[in-house]
Amino acid sequence: MEALLSLFIRAVFVENMALAFFLGMCTFLAISKKVSAAIGLGIAVIVVQTVTVPVNNLILNYVLAEGALGWAGFPEANLEFLGYLSYIGVIAAIVQILEMVLDKYFPALYNALGVFLPLITVNCAILGASLFMVERDYNFSESVVYGIGAGAGWALAIVALAGIREKLKYSDVPAGLRGLGITFVTVGLMSLGFMSFSGVSL
Amino acid sequence: MSEARKVLVTPIFSDNPIALQILGICSALAVTTGLKVTVVMCIALTLVTAFSNLFISMIRNQIPGSIRIIVQMTIIASLVIVVDQVLKAYAFDISKQLSVFVGLIITNCIVMGRAEAYAMQNPPGLSFLDGIGNGLGYSAVLLFVGFLREFFGSGSLFGFQVLQTVNQGGWYVPNGLMLLAPSAFFIIGAFIWILRTWDRSQVEDNEFTMKAHVKKEAV
Repeated sequence: MEALLSLFIRAVFVENMALAFFLGMCTFLAISKKVSAAIGLGIAVIVVQTVTVPVNNLILNYVLAEGALGWAGFPEANLEFLGYLSYIGVIAAIVQILEMVLDKYFPALYNALGVFLPLITVNCAILGASLFMVERDYNFSESVVYGIGAGAGWALAIVALAGIREKLKYSDVPAGLRGLGITFVTVGLMSLGFMSFSGVSL
Repeated sequence: MSEARKVLVTPIFSDNPIALQILGICSALAVTTGLKVTVVMCIALTLVTAFSNLFISMIRNQIPGSIRIIVQMTIIASLVIVVDQVLKAYAFDISKQLSVFVGLIITNCIVMGRAEAYAMQNPPGLSFLDGIGNGLGYSAVLLFVGFLREFFGSGSLFGFQVLQTVNQGGWYVPNGLMLLAPSAFFIIGAFIWILRTWDRSQVEDNEFTMKAHVKKEAV
């Protein structure tokens, strides 16, 4: 239990998807102008991460890994090279299913997330978390915790950035640095701040 | 011919995918701590963008609109698998250093963005050049960042020691911050600043304009 908690803290703060690994940057910079939009996107990312990382973990362990197809009568098959194709397929499918389920049963949440859900398919943070899960050999329970943690860390970062940018738009920035440039510098400073969490462990 | 030239050259500076279109930053920053890795990443991305543009453009009239994203994804993912397998076979060390970032070319917005915005409307030849051009635009930013980070961070270029660092008995005290995540953001920010000072038309409008300071008594 303690190991899982430590993994969670590490995924949220120390190895923050956006600020330490630069993942999901495109959406991170594009949709961080308003706090309300950032919160919507953040929640969507947490939900999708929590589902996709464990599902990809199951797919890896029961279909793709070496000898994993033993239950189907192909003990020597190794399909690991199909990894990327299946992970992205799984992510696209889950996002689509999630969209339909939310539309049917939770229309309020669906309207709140709206345009952000389809965008998430091409968010590198989602695929990145699955690939890190593969690279670090997480087991099923670890992958659930890692999925939630990675999503929460990303959401935290984008909401914080949106808060800063809402204030920043009133300031007088040098012409060439306006917009994208100053945002990069801001994110750099945030990333510097998050580095102070490195070494924190439970 | 001029059309082809334009397609190839404009993305490098005047319509740079990273600095202006905000595409493909995700993987751009993480792989720039050393030039060797950066160059491999640039080549991989340029090839994937060019060939995905080529193939998608070739079948653009056959793809039904409603499932085009899935079709594009499948083509891109297959190309990335090829790149990944080649790297694993012939450059294992670099493939280890790039870790998940080769796989992340799939979700790199440049590849998807160009496929969607250019290859779906244009013939294969031009699309291929557009892919190469955008790949080069991405490479220009990455090489700039990679050069600065490796040169000041560890005093070397492509792994060869240029500045003798202190712990090797030389004089240069390496700037450790350059090898950490924040420096990449600062360098890209500065790069955008330089680019936009040079080309004024890329400057974004202010949402609010400042009023000049006025003395109270003067009002």
